[in-house]
Amino acid sequence: MSGREALSPTLEVADLRTHFFTKAGIVRAVDGVSFEVRAGEVLGLVGESGCGKTVTGFSILGLVDPPGRVVSGSIRLKGQELNGLDEAALRKVRGNRIAMIFQDPMMTLNPVLKIGTQIMEAVRAHRHVTRAAVRELACNALARVGIAAPEKRLEAYPHELSGGMRQRVAIAIAFINKPDLIIADEPTTALDVTIQAQILYEAQKLCRETGTAMIWITHDLAVVSALADRIAVMYAGRIVEQGATSDIITRPLHPYTQGLLGSVPSANRRGARLAQIPGLPPSLLAPPPGCSFQPRCPKAVAECELAAPPVTEPMVGRQVRCFRPLVAEPAAS
Amino acid sequence: MSLAEPEISTQQEASAVAVETPLRRFLSDYFESPIATAALAVLFLLVCLAVLAPVISPQNPYDLAEVDVLDSRLPPGSEGMTGYTFWLGTDGAGRDLLSAMLYGLRISLAVGVMSGLIATVLGSLVGLTAAYVGGRVETLIMRIVDMQLSFPAILIALMLIAVLGKGVDKIVIALVTVQWAYYARTVRGTAIIERRKEYVEAARCLGLTHTRILLKHILPNCLPPLIVVATVQAAHAIALEATLSFLGVGLPQTEPSLGLLISNGFEYMLSGKYWISFFPGLLLLATILAINLVGDRLRDVLNPRLTR
Repeated sequence: MSGREALSPTLEVADLRTHFFTKAGIVRAVDGVSFEVRAGEVLGLVGESGCGKTVTGFSILGLVDPPGRVVSGSIRLKGQELNGLDEAALRKVRGNRIAMIFQDPMMTLNPVLKIGTQIMEAVRAHRHVTRAAVRELACNALARVGIAAPEKRLEAYPHELSGGMRQRVAIAIAFINKPDLIIADEPTTALDVTIQAQILYEAQKLCRETGTAMIWITHDLAVVSALADRIAVMYAGRIVEQGATSDIITRPLHPYTQGLLGSVPSANRRGARLAQIPGLPPSLLAPPPGCSFQPRCPKAVAECELAAPPVTEPMVGRQVRCFRPLVAEPAAS
Repeated sequence: MSLAEPEISTQQEASAVAVETPLRRFLSDYFESPIATAALAVLFLLVCLAVLAPVISPQNPYDLAEVDVLDSRLPPGSEGMTGYTFWLGTDGAGRDLLSAMLYGLRISLAVGVMSGLIATVLGSLVGLTAAYVGGRVETLIMRIVDMQLSFPAILIALMLIAVLGKGVDKIVIALVTVQWAYYARTVRGTAIIERRKEYVEAARCLGLTHTRILLKHILPNCLPPLIVVATVQAAHAIALEATLSFLGVGLPQTEPSLGLLISNGFEYMLSGKYWISFFPGLLLLATILAINLVGDRLRDVLNPRLTR
């Protein structure tokens, strides 16, 4: 790659494969995914439901439940290999060096425990700190995500807070141990649009300030284009295109990315009918031969049915998995 | 911070917090029912009587120096040899029935509560483990529970007592053996739903240990049904102990529970000396009824599906 190489990435995922061994057959939920995230950088992991985004996140944390497991690949956090670590070692990583934020803040906080108890627990799981010091930390964490009267909030139960507030609490918990990496799994999907914007802003600001790397998993291109530094587009368990956000948005190389961009409403094309990608995502149980996007691809040629296209790097910092990448042209033509 | 909107909601919520805590809402819900309130009051009174029995009872029924055989089987309200009035009469050994009942209540409640507590702890742990571990362990545990529940409780208890012998500790062991399965099944049923919830996943992502997730995150969410079962089962335990004592295989004569008092008076029933069995029976009935009414109300209040 380019001169960025001097800065070694926080997280390097190489050829990650997570398969689920079900009775109906092997589901290749994640099938050869490679990407990197640097400190302070936000990587947007975009894709439709069921394309393997969330499983990728859980694979990094080593939390894939049977019948699934990480079959092969390497997950390096600041040079340390995580794949193959035992449960006790992984437990020290979770919540401490890698934190997770979930989609629905209504569900991720325990309804019977006070907010304060849940925040403090996150600290005490990894560090031995006095009660007073933990309380102090929890207060600061809440203040940092924009919650007023944090001292009082510590005594509140989750049902007493609004959805946006709860997601702020979840973010505070994620940041409290100063992790190297945060995996955010659609954290704004369950929130309304105004709150969503505030949460996006807070999360991005915290990442920049603390130098935390972040993987923002979403199906919403509009959200990541405002937030992420780089975007990785996932389709049927594979990353089909990767690159800097502005490049991807303005000049998509993969037909799937173009299709996604075309289905986002835009002010430039007011009144025009929204384009949609025909067909449905393929079953991961029996993926189509060759390129998995080929049955839905408007540009497919005979070659696409024969073999899966390899990853190519047509430009510096751009990767695409396609035999016939689109020529550089503005997306909204 | 930079956002004005949360500031407003903060104040609204702050006032809401002060008015309605979960406990306060629970209590106000509970006391909506006059019968349940009365039952709780009765239960509270009975517990006080049992705890204070050595202080308030007019006579120590175990102290042979205080008991005079010449006073035996006196009807309620009669005066004894020493000029003392036996308000509820005396039993076959000349003991003041009121005192004997207070002591009997003390033993009955103690046995019920003790066996209830042990069975709760044991059953919950087993149920939690089954739900959390899943797979073959769960199947094995739950089949044992099914087997246990398919036997009549009295049969198991009788068999155990026959093997173990008499005594308070033996009775408690028998009652725990009979009851743990109810708790295990209840807790497992709730825990199996709770463990699939996202907060458990979130707790795992925090790097918490399995034990901690089980005890601190899942168990508190299983408490409402557990409390209900515990109340109802405590009543069952008391009834079962009374049954065993009545059959003469329960507590020894030296520690007469209510069941034993009933049993002692039973032989005099047909000769018109009803009080020796009648009053302890009444007290036992009141105790079990009060506990069951409280348990019923708890079930109504704690069950989110029953919207009132």
